[in-house]
Amino acid sequence: MTDTQSEAQTHTIRLELVDEPGELLRALEPISAAGGNLLSIYHERGNLTPRGHIPVEVDVSCAPHRFETIVGSLRDAGVNVIQAGSERYDEELVVLLIGHLVDTDLSDTLRQIESCSDASLTDLSLSAPRGRDETSSARLRLKTRSGTNGDALSKLREIADEKGLHVIEPLTEASQ
Amino acid sequence: MSGARLAVLGVGAVGRSVIELAEEYGHTVTAVADSSSAVVDAGGVDTPAVLDRKRETGTVGESDPDAALAADYDVLVEATPTTLGDAEPGFSHVVSALDRDKHVVLANKGPVAERYSELRAAEAASEGRIRFEATVGGAIPICSTIEDFGATHITAARGVLNGTANFILSRMAAEGLDYEHVLAEAQDLGVAEADPTFDVEGIDAALKFVILSNVLADGNQEFTLADATVEGITDIPGTALELAAEDGRTIRLIGESTPEGVSVAPRLVPDDGPLSVTGTLNIVQLETTHAGRLNISGRGAGGPETATAVLSDVSRLAE
Repeated sequence: MTDTQSEAQTHTIRLELVDEPGELLRALEPISAAGGNLLSIYHERGNLTPRGHIPVEVDVSCAPHRFETIVGSLRDAGVNVIQAGSERYDEELVVLLIGHLVDTDLSDTLRQIESCSDASLTDLSLSAPRGRDETSSARLRLKTRSGTNGDALSKLREIADEKGLHVIEPLTEASQ
Repeated sequence: MSGARLAVLGVGAVGRSVIELAEEYGHTVTAVADSSSAVVDAGGVDTPAVLDRKRETGTVGESDPDAALAADYDVLVEATPTTLGDAEPGFSHVVSALDRDKHVVLANKGPVAERYSELRAAEAASEGRIRFEATVGGAIPICSTIEDFGATHITAARGVLNGTANFILSRMAAEGLDYEHVLAEAQDLGVAEADPTFDVEGIDAALKFVILSNVLADGNQEFTLADATVEGITDIPGTALELAAEDGRTIRLIGESTPEGVSVAPRLVPDDGPLSVTGTLNIVQLETTHAGRLNISGRGAGGPETATAVLSDVSRLAE
């Protein structure tokens, strides 16, 4: 038997912050004030949201009934909450991208992938042994929310198609 | 009828092996035809002499090829080269045998992949039956396994069904070489043909998975090559395999048959998983409704290997 009213659950909150000193601290205070236990903070410096702000991903553990209070107090404090829910980015997706990765602006490609809310890039390996005008390969490791691998893949396919890149997808069903 | 009389059409690697091994399986070859000639003998043709003649002169006998279709036989073995679209002349060969109420065993993928429902309609109107184990995965008993389970008890099939592409990908991964290098090596070894298009562009694998989809759909839906999404391996650089290997993975040309359709594409698979067979080996995974996953692997090409599947089909029909 579990008491679903009081059992702590992990929630992921995506925020965006203005790139100014003290902003991160200001955003985190309401969480602990409202009884949330901060598990991890992923401050994606170097990435910008479409509004030009810095995306931050916070994992919080708290009782379900406290979660709404936390999100509410964040909004009251003027923090822009992009997404809040109990889904964690707990599935992994590894794909290969092949083609003229450098010429087609790799950082733009990655930015487009990141801007897709279902996926978050955790690791990138690039192999371009012949310099920038030959075919190169990249291995991308993405964290996705449970059950959204298919959505993330189709978004990825779209981005790759536009740039004439080739995606090698994992065989998800057979790989478990 | 335990020993069947066979008419063998097509004297390529598979046809030749069928002719050579027929006696061992208790069958008699009463007719042989290639594209330009035929030999017919109701008492059994002199198979070593016919194969010698084919090697030396390029023909199997003095008769017109059609003579083999008109000969006395119980089972027609259709082993002419696979053609796409109308799948001719293979399709007409099958229909002509069924019209005479004879059985047919196909090694030719064309008619089964491109005109499945017509084939089944012709079979329904005949006393004869068709079997085509040899069209999918050479010696591996895939169609007969699906038949034993019942098509409704298999929800999907996936795997590696082209040995040439698999050889190239596994050599690229092992040696860190690029596609062109390994293709040349494969051609020297006779693993790849001079024109490797069918294999490396995924068409051969797609035909096999189209056939599997037809078998799995069990008459409820018909698939042809045009319904398949097909991607080959020619664009894969060695660096892609290196990046995959660093992460405990590799790339294989994987086909999938599901109720949604047929696809063939290079995919990332775990390096140590069942689908990452090496060399020219083939593997098929069947998802069953009550018995989990079934992995069947083995030699998916080659004359004697594929002839084994043909002769097993003949024996089933002759029972």
